[in-house]
Amino acid sequence: MTEMYVLRVNGEDRAVADAWLGESLLYVLRERLGLPGAKAGCEQGECGSCSVLLDGALVCACLVLAAAAVGCNVTTVEGLQPAERGAASAVQRAFVETGAVQCGFCTPGLVMAVEALLDRDPEPSDLAVREAISGNLCRCTGYGRILEAVVVAARTRGTVTT
Amino acid sequence: MTLETGTRVTGGIGQRALRPDGISKVRGEFAFAGDLWAEGMLWGQALRSPHAAARVRAVDIAPALAITGVHAVLTADDVFVNRYGLEHRDQPVLAYDEVRYAGEPVAVVAADHPETARRACAAIAVDYELTDPLVDPEAAIGAAPIHPDGNVFRDLVIRRGDVDARGPVVVEGTYEIGMQDQAFMGPEAGLAVPAGDGGVDLIVSTQWLHNDRDQVAECLGLAPELVRLSLGGVGGAFGAREDVSLHIHACLLAVRTGRPVKIVYSRGESFLGHVHRHPARIWMRHSATPRGDLVSFEARIVLDGGAYRSSSYHVAANAACFAAGPYRVPNAYVRAIAVRTNNPPCGAMRGFGVVQACFAHEAQMDRLADACGVDRVELRLRNALGPGDELLTGQRIEGALPVADVIRACAAMPLPEAAPDDMLARPGGAGRTAEPADVRRGTGFAVGFKNLMYAEGYMDGSVAHCRIDNGVVTVSCAAAEVGQGFVTLVQQIARTILEVDDVIVAPPDTSIGSAGSTSASRQTMMSGGAVEKACRAARAELEARAGGDRLDVTMLTATEPVDVTVQYDHRLTHPLDADGQGDAHVSFACAAHRAVVDVDPELGLVRVVHLATAQDVGRVLNPLQVTGQIEGGIAQGVGLAVMEELIVEDGRVRNASFTDYLIPTALDAPTVDAVLIEEPEPGAPFGAKGVGEPPTISSTPAVVAAIRAATGAPCTRVPVRPRDLVT
Repeated sequence: MTEMYVLRVNGEDRAVADAWLGESLLYVLRERLGLPGAKAGCEQGECGSCSVLLDGALVCACLVLAAAAVGCNVTTVEGLQPAERGAASAVQRAFVETGAVQCGFCTPGLVMAVEALLDRDPEPSDLAVREAISGNLCRCTGYGRILEAVVVAARTRGTVTT
Repeated sequence: MTLETGTRVTGGIGQRALRPDGISKVRGEFAFAGDLWAEGMLWGQALRSPHAAARVRAVDIAPALAITGVHAVLTADDVFVNRYGLEHRDQPVLAYDEVRYAGEPVAVVAADHPETARRACAAIAVDYELTDPLVDPEAAIGAAPIHPDGNVFRDLVIRRGDVDARGPVVVEGTYEIGMQDQAFMGPEAGLAVPAGDGGVDLIVSTQWLHNDRDQVAECLGLAPELVRLSLGGVGGAFGAREDVSLHIHACLLAVRTGRPVKIVYSRGESFLGHVHRHPARIWMRHSATPRGDLVSFEARIVLDGGAYRSSSYHVAANAACFAAGPYRVPNAYVRAIAVRTNNPPCGAMRGFGVVQACFAHEAQMDRLADACGVDRVELRLRNALGPGDELLTGQRIEGALPVADVIRACAAMPLPEAAPDDMLARPGGAGRTAEPADVRRGTGFAVGFKNLMYAEGYMDGSVAHCRIDNGVVTVSCAAAEVGQGFVTLVQQIARTILEVDDVIVAPPDTSIGSAGSTSASRQTMMSGGAVEKACRAARAELEARAGGDRLDVTMLTATEPVDVTVQYDHRLTHPLDADGQGDAHVSFACAAHRAVVDVDPELGLVRVVHLATAQDVGRVLNPLQVTGQIEGGIAQGVGLAVMEELIVEDGRVRNASFTDYLIPTALDAPTVDAVLIEEPEPGAPFGAKGVGEPPTISSTPAVVAAIRAATGAPCTRVPVRPRDLVT
């Protein structure tokens, strides 16, 4: 049942050894590779808390078998910003500064969804933003500050921030 | 750090201070309880009853123990004291003899992999003898008891004035509220680590560390000091983390195996593993003068508490005390009954009994206005409660309660501008087929109020500790940060009083005194009050040391730290007497909501377009966080109005997933505009009130009033379903 495989995560090759092949990408990232940024909110693709990029496409890591991600580039929230303490992308910074973070459980997934949105549509309309993040549930904010964060991030993105 | 008195700090009280945990949360580094890991850690998993009512004839754990990787399987026989409960210990840690709800834990397993633990649970053979579940709350009142403590958690009567008095205009109705779930995003999680002293350390997502600690210690037969709890990162709470969930299971397994044990609920298990908002059936009759002045109020409220008591006793009190809403009522008779059934246990959720009452009383106020021929907003203004007036319980309102102000301010807010037509903005969104010509718009208005802090004589004081060592300020308080931003507030208070920029907020744990629960909109006042008091005491010590000289914090604490621990208490409250009379509550907050909805009545589709609100906040301590509480609370109120209900059939939850239990997405959530009414609360720290609950209370009836206005459908039940609209 077990063998070794290699995942490319945030630009690094990471070996996964002695793992059950039925494990989801979410489980392997969190429990085997020490990357808990993607969260397990529902484990059935409904809440978006585990959103990561698979070759640039936004996916729910809970719905992807880890072993099926071999050969893909996986980007998690930990790979979005420079490693140094306190550094943040424009989207991350906007989330903090607009009050879009409360409990923060949905936040890494939403940050990934907004990065993916702004990559393809740098100036989205309000409805386009709502549609793009409608696969990411948030129970604390009612989304008002998150929508505000996207407006701010769209404006500041491209500016170098630390 | 050298700061003089009068230095203006940034991030003080009243400012848009940012969360100290914000950056770590957006970077994915913040450690939620489910993110924890320990060397040699095992995974715990509970086996839950699939039956709502059954006798347990035998539990055979041998097949589970035989599975490689399984380290322990525990049943009722392994629990020292097999009884716990938030307010009253009536719930078994692991069921013995019988199960009383579908989802009740029967055994727990520790294994080396979560899948192994799940397989082990599946291998346990439980011999159930099914009995008929008692699922009708009305029938439960007089039915044979399903628990040694009986079926009625509370039967509370309030009599005020002349209970036989009647005005000439009478309206009555019966209303139903479905079972709402808190549906926080971070499922229950904890890591229990056995300690060398025979005790156990538990890092857990919770609302109240100390109450959990006491229950864990009792059930394990350990002295409280041998059970140490620390707060793991909490992914939202909204009432569902007041009760113990996995705490005792994890600690039992850790002590038995001698290894760290982590338990993380799946979403499905989370829906079964915590209490929900009480479903309710409410009858009300109002009478008034022809001009609309209330003469009498009668209500009968039945709350389904499910299998165990949790906080049902006090939910019933809140439903009764605030049953009439924020209006002057000279004569009243109210009866609220919370009962035990074989349905899932219900307890605290944001709004705590008042959400249910408000849905009913606001529907009634609209009916009354129409019967009197008085404008609906005007009727509410005529009867608006204020300082000096009395509640149904005879308690005189002494603090701030600007009901009329929130009504006027909310009613005066501009209606949303017409937006360009877009499929996504129509009821049902792009995936449905609402045609613009079929869409009708409606507007509704509602007002609500609620108590803040615990009530009926319960003293829920909070302890805080302030230490200044070589200029470094550290504030400790066991108040659970669940997302609301108490950690920000601690820094704002300390910066303002001590005039320093940097404040360390220590992680909450049981090494200091209790801060009480993060519930009842109480932490801003109670633990904010404790932090304020601690910081003021520290400042007094600094000033004494300075002897009139400049306040050089670093120098003054270079050789000897300032170290103060204080407790903050609210004023005494009292139990309700046999007529439901008494000064039972500390203070109150109110809000008004006006909703605008678009409805396609033929398809039964609703889109909540806009919510305007005016809220009584005492004083704004952090505009960013107040706005976040209001918008988030309204989204939960909207959810109850149009989509959120746990469907329970014969005692079994049929939709324990986010596929079937729907909460608002960004496409469902309305745009919110808020006016904050600042009338400082006397005696409260900086005059502030808790702001978390009012947004969830009257938003629901405002949305439903708007749906009625759009459709003419009676909509006496929430959530409003498509079939309630099709006329």
